[in-house]
Amino acid sequence: MAIRNPPVDAVMIGFGWTGAIMAQELTDAGLNVLAIERGDWRDTPTDFSPAYAQDELRYYWRHELFQRLNHDTLTIRNNAGQTALPMRQLGSFLLGSGVGGAGVHWNGQVWRFLPSDLKARSHNLQRYGKAAVPDDMTIQDFGVSYDDLEPWYDKFEYLCGVSGKAGNLKGAIQAGGDPFEGPRSREYPNPPLEMPYALTLFGQAATSLGRHPFPHPAANASRAYTNPLGVTLGPCTYCGFCEKYACGDYSKASAQTTILPVLMRKKSFTLRTNCEVLKINMSADGKTATGVTYLDEKGQEVEQPAEMVFLSAYILHNVRLLLLSGIGKPYDPNTGEGIVGKNYAYQITSSVNVFFNDKILNPFVGAGALGMITNDFNGDNFDHAGLGFIGGGYVGILQTGARPIETHATPDGVPTWGLAWKKAIARDYLKTTTIATHGAVMAHRGNYLDLDPTYKDVYGRPLLRMTFDYTDNEHRMSDYLTDRAAEYGKAMGGREIKTNYRKGSWDVVPYQTTHNTGGAIMGDNPRDSFTNKYLQSWDVPNLFVLGATAFPQNPGYNPTGTVAALAYHAADAIKRQYLKAPHQPMVQA
Amino acid sequence: MSPFPVDRRTLLGAGALAFAVPLTGAAAQFRGDGVFWSPNTSSYPTAVDLKANYQFFTSDEAAFVEAAALRMIPADPTGPSALEAGVPLFLDRQLAGDYGKGTRLYMRGPFGKGTDTQGYQAKWPPAGFHRAAIKAIGDHLGQGGGAPFHKRAEADQDAFLKDLSGGKVDLGSDVDGKAYFKLLLQNVMEGYFSDPIYGGNRNLAAWKMIGFSGARYDQRPYVLAYNKPYPLPPVGIGGRPAWTAKG
Repeated sequence: MAIRNPPVDAVMIGFGWTGAIMAQELTDAGLNVLAIERGDWRDTPTDFSPAYAQDELRYYWRHELFQRLNHDTLTIRNNAGQTALPMRQLGSFLLGSGVGGAGVHWNGQVWRFLPSDLKARSHNLQRYGKAAVPDDMTIQDFGVSYDDLEPWYDKFEYLCGVSGKAGNLKGAIQAGGDPFEGPRSREYPNPPLEMPYALTLFGQAATSLGRHPFPHPAANASRAYTNPLGVTLGPCTYCGFCEKYACGDYSKASAQTTILPVLMRKKSFTLRTNCEVLKINMSADGKTATGVTYLDEKGQEVEQPAEMVFLSAYILHNVRLLLLSGIGKPYDPNTGEGIVGKNYAYQITSSVNVFFNDKILNPFVGAGALGMITNDFNGDNFDHAGLGFIGGGYVGILQTGARPIETHATPDGVPTWGLAWKKAIARDYLKTTTIATHGAVMAHRGNYLDLDPTYKDVYGRPLLRMTFDYTDNEHRMSDYLTDRAAEYGKAMGGREIKTNYRKGSWDVVPYQTTHNTGGAIMGDNPRDSFTNKYLQSWDVPNLFVLGATAFPQNPGYNPTGTVAALAYHAADAIKRQYLKAPHQPMVQA
Repeated sequence: MSPFPVDRRTLLGAGALAFAVPLTGAAAQFRGDGVFWSPNTSSYPTAVDLKANYQFFTSDEAAFVEAAALRMIPADPTGPSALEAGVPLFLDRQLAGDYGKGTRLYMRGPFGKGTDTQGYQAKWPPAGFHRAAIKAIGDHLGQGGGAPFHKRAEADQDAFLKDLSGGKVDLGSDVDGKAYFKLLLQNVMEGYFSDPIYGGNRNLAAWKMIGFSGARYDQRPYVLAYNKPYPLPPVGIGGRPAWTAKG
């Protein structure tokens, strides 16, 4: 017999960035909010102590901060003709677990999408014609505009204390910033991080080629900063253990360092950790979410009624929980019908290593978003006529800290082991830097998420199945970006460069990015999307799906800025509109 | 009604398994009391015992791993070899522990070979994979009275490892030789470059060789020190070699 809890106004399934943002906003509006997190409570002094936070083996290679795949994982394949097999070990992306989610081990790269990114279908059709968007490229507009999101991008940047330089203030281009970005209402809250040698060399090279380099916007505080909630972050110490690690210095923005000190004091907020939501419960007519059923920390089944249900887990878990709960019509790639699982997308990356003889770069001095970047080839910032692809990505150097198990590049012709390898790495480690490309992935008819027919989780439920590969569009685009990166590399004047194109099918083994997107996408009508622009389900108006789950395709920027802006945008509409007329759609279909 | 109800029988067994993993020991509910903190609960890593013998490897397995690691990172004046850095002991301790047991890996069947892009598909966790692969390599090289790997000439060893990495050695249907080479090379690199607290990178010598500063916390003075050698020696989580007892 299931335990039945008293009802709450709103329940958050998962307690990372989006759960914390929404809980903070809704408790401010007077609601009684419960967040259910399946992982552990985690906080800086206990779990991210600077006495041992700089441990590459433990945190990256042994995955201490990440999801335990023995509990559940997903299955993977490149196309529907293959048999999907379980992702038995983490690799290409690093799923989070526990309070703060993947927002604990992120880099702190905070971007806004381009205005045209949010209109990918209509914009590209208009500029390049029908031939530029083949039938199998199932891209869509987001259904929300840059102007709609600007105040909420701004709010997140000020919450995090982002360090950066504006390139476009209310339409006026600013020297030293990104001239391609959409207009900002005001400057970043903190100045850019200090730029180490390799980044300065990159900036000089990019300028010499006529490009527009600028410091990467970073949720790594460049100075002490107190955010609008009254929470203070300390200045980043460039320790080089940011990406894949947790910050021991309260310098990297996370739910812990920006929201929780306030939220956790509210009597109207409850957090339950080590409790896993098994399904979203629905009314008999399928039009209302009545709450959730979860397993508590003792393994007991608990029914939790709620007036509003928010999926605020990572995108893959959001999609799986919809499918396991029987909500929405699963996508069928053969017919193109159905919506849940549709338009799964990812990111395509590549790199160019630059080796110097005479320049000591000390690459271990780093921070997660310490970068010098060019967006000259991102989105539609350049003319794609005749190139054979749409979309783009940023090209630049991120000096995140060269932890040596992960980072020991050697030049062309040097093997990956043996005496020649050893001599090369001893010679080059301090004098090598890497230019990265970070490219968009357009939605494709054959890339999708559904439930696996064979493999089960620890509770005997089907795993999520991911069917994904890069298409010609991604490879052409990535090769183009990689060639631009090689131009930068040559212009930097080192001894030699090594160009690492992204070849072949998507591979789960090497780390690429934890930027999985789609599966319950947003849009302007219920035929083509699962939610409206407020992340509200078209069919179940008291169910909201937060996160990159909503992206119809994945632009060439990191997702978190937009993930947070969409959550704030939704919270604002809920406060202004939904709470006055509960259970009603905020956009008419 | 969910189309996929939880299997209660699976759940009972699984629940015990799932919740046998150490939780924080904290109350699972937090309400209105501020950010939770409990003194003396931080989880400092456990240093391995450098003096004890191998805990996982048999003598035959140790002979293979020592010889193979030495070819991957040979001895020369540039810096420590894999043996001088303590890589085999590191790997032994890793395989004897949670990593070897694959406690965080998804190890449910059915097992299939998969494509290269589907990653780790061995039917064993890392400890079992090493054990099975080392035995298969021994059997393969021993056919017709051949010498074991560790008794072969260096050039012969190198040629074998190169073939293994290229998928040119057939180790039977259970052991994917190319996948094993990748695992072994990764583990050797881990032992060579990880914090010395885990038994490898002895005396921080691999970090000294390349110039990595180690587990330092505040690098602000060095961000703008363009083209200047880093002035400090490396440190580990447990401090510097001078602080530890002679091993």
